[in-house]
Amino acid sequence: MKGELLMADGWAAFWAMGGYARFVWPCFLLAFAVLLWNLWAARRYHVQARRRAQRALAMAGSDS
Amino acid sequence: MWTWFYRLASPPHVYRLAATLTPWFLIPALIAIAYGVIDGLVFAPPDYQQGDAFRIVYVHAPAAWMSLFCYVTMAVSGAIGLIWRIKVAHAVSAASAPIGASFTILALFTGSLWGRPMWGTFWAWDPRLTSELILLFLYVGVMSLRTAFEDAPRGDRAAALLALVGVVNVPIIHFSVVWWNSLHQGATVAKLGKPAMTPSMLWPLLAMLFGFMCFYGAVLCMRLRGEVLNRELKARWVREALSP
Amino acid sequence: MSVGAGSALLLLIRRDLRLSFRRPEQLLQPLVFFLIVTTLFPLGLSLDLATLREVAPGVLWVGALLASLLSLDALFRSDAEDGTLEQLALSGQELTVIVIAKTVAHWLVSGAALVLVSPLIAIALGIPSTVFGTMLTSLALGTLTLSWLGSIGAGLTVGLKRGNVLLSLIVLPLAMPLLIFGAGATDRALAEVSSTGALYLLASLCVFTCTLAPFAAAAALRIALD
Repeated sequence: MKGELLMADGWAAFWAMGGYARFVWPCFLLAFAVLLWNLWAARRYHVQARRRAQRALAMAGSDS
Repeated sequence: MWTWFYRLASPPHVYRLAATLTPWFLIPALIAIAYGVIDGLVFAPPDYQQGDAFRIVYVHAPAAWMSLFCYVTMAVSGAIGLIWRIKVAHAVSAASAPIGASFTILALFTGSLWGRPMWGTFWAWDPRLTSELILLFLYVGVMSLRTAFEDAPRGDRAAALLALVGVVNVPIIHFSVVWWNSLHQGATVAKLGKPAMTPSMLWPLLAMLFGFMCFYGAVLCMRLRGEVLNRELKARWVREALSP
Repeated sequence: MSVGAGSALLLLIRRDLRLSFRRPEQLLQPLVFFLIVTTLFPLGLSLDLATLREVAPGVLWVGALLASLLSLDALFRSDAEDGTLEQLALSGQELTVIVIAKTVAHWLVSGAALVLVSPLIAIALGIPSTVFGTMLTSLALGTLTLSWLGSIGAGLTVGLKRGNVLLSLIVLPLAMPLLIFGAGATDRALAEVSSTGALYLLASLCVFTCTLAPFAAAAALRIALD
């Protein structure tokens, strides 16, 4: 059974989160930031590894 | 019949497999997390005691669970790498560390923000919080140890050993609320039979848990490609893999 | 000639002790550090003796922890540097026996020494002598456990040039439960509540670590010596 929609009282009630807004919203923002960081960092790590590998191959190629 | 299993030890195979698997993890993750956040913030009823502050559970609990799951994965894959000397296993272990550490930080901060309205304090030196903090230090120790060695395989092995030694902390974190009089509340979902939450509160939580797990799978695959490359810099297969 | 594990153990302990006593200044360093660190707290906090007494067990324990950490880096390093460690490993003796011997010898000259000095510091911090029994037992068990935990960290970092800070970074998180129980035992004794339970817990922690740590430390050395 679903409870009363928080938004039944309007958007203001939703953002206020029953008075706990300054605790709830930073948590969700932080979670969003952590998830984004993970995606960004993983991508960057892979790109840097590719560059290192290409450099290593280029150096090995020029020796042989 | 078991070739698919043995091929998991092959770096080029894993490099390609991780690329294929990433969207299969990422898309369900994003859908599940989106559903969980919307359902949890909008449709779930407010808690009788905690009001709307309880909604923090929808990020705190999955983050805490992932902090433990990633650590165990890091330790187990490290052990596999140590025992059977499989490079890919060490790559999985190395990839899991920063992901798990980020979840631990998220769990600690969201827990702190939840603690302020609920217990009146941002922090308490109670068993669960303290052992979760120790978990963060262990993550940092493992990551630092791995990179401290000039000889990368040696660093992998040392880090794997440290991860294994630290794994005793994981059951301590999990059972701390059972063994001690803790400020932190006990298990709500894991109770077999009737969980302590009503379904309308529970479904978004399960969705977030599922979403975070899939997300970890996706990010692990992404990071794993970099870790595998770094361990195979001059191998022949790398030349072909990087050419297109 | 093959030497039995027991006699090898005693031989190595005696050797390590003899080597340690050749440089007595090195032995004094952790003790002096212990004295200085525990003095810093009352100076920095400027508390009256009654309040100081309340924080004293924690201060004592943190001081012992940090002082023990100082000497841990040397556990395997000098032997590793001159190749003795490799010789010992090749000698056919179990690496775990070697680890046990070195750790016990290390505790005898560092941890045990700290325990002997602790009553002086306890008096300076206002701890009444009635508590000394619990305090000494908890410190003895605690420093011993710390030596075992430290041997794992020392084994992992023995090959690294600047492994000192990393060693602390590795050992301290593992030592946190130890600190909680150890200081807790003395706290309870101070509050005139029975500390036997806490001491038993500390003892079981010590036994748990004593049995498993040598294997982990030996594995760590094998990684370093490979």
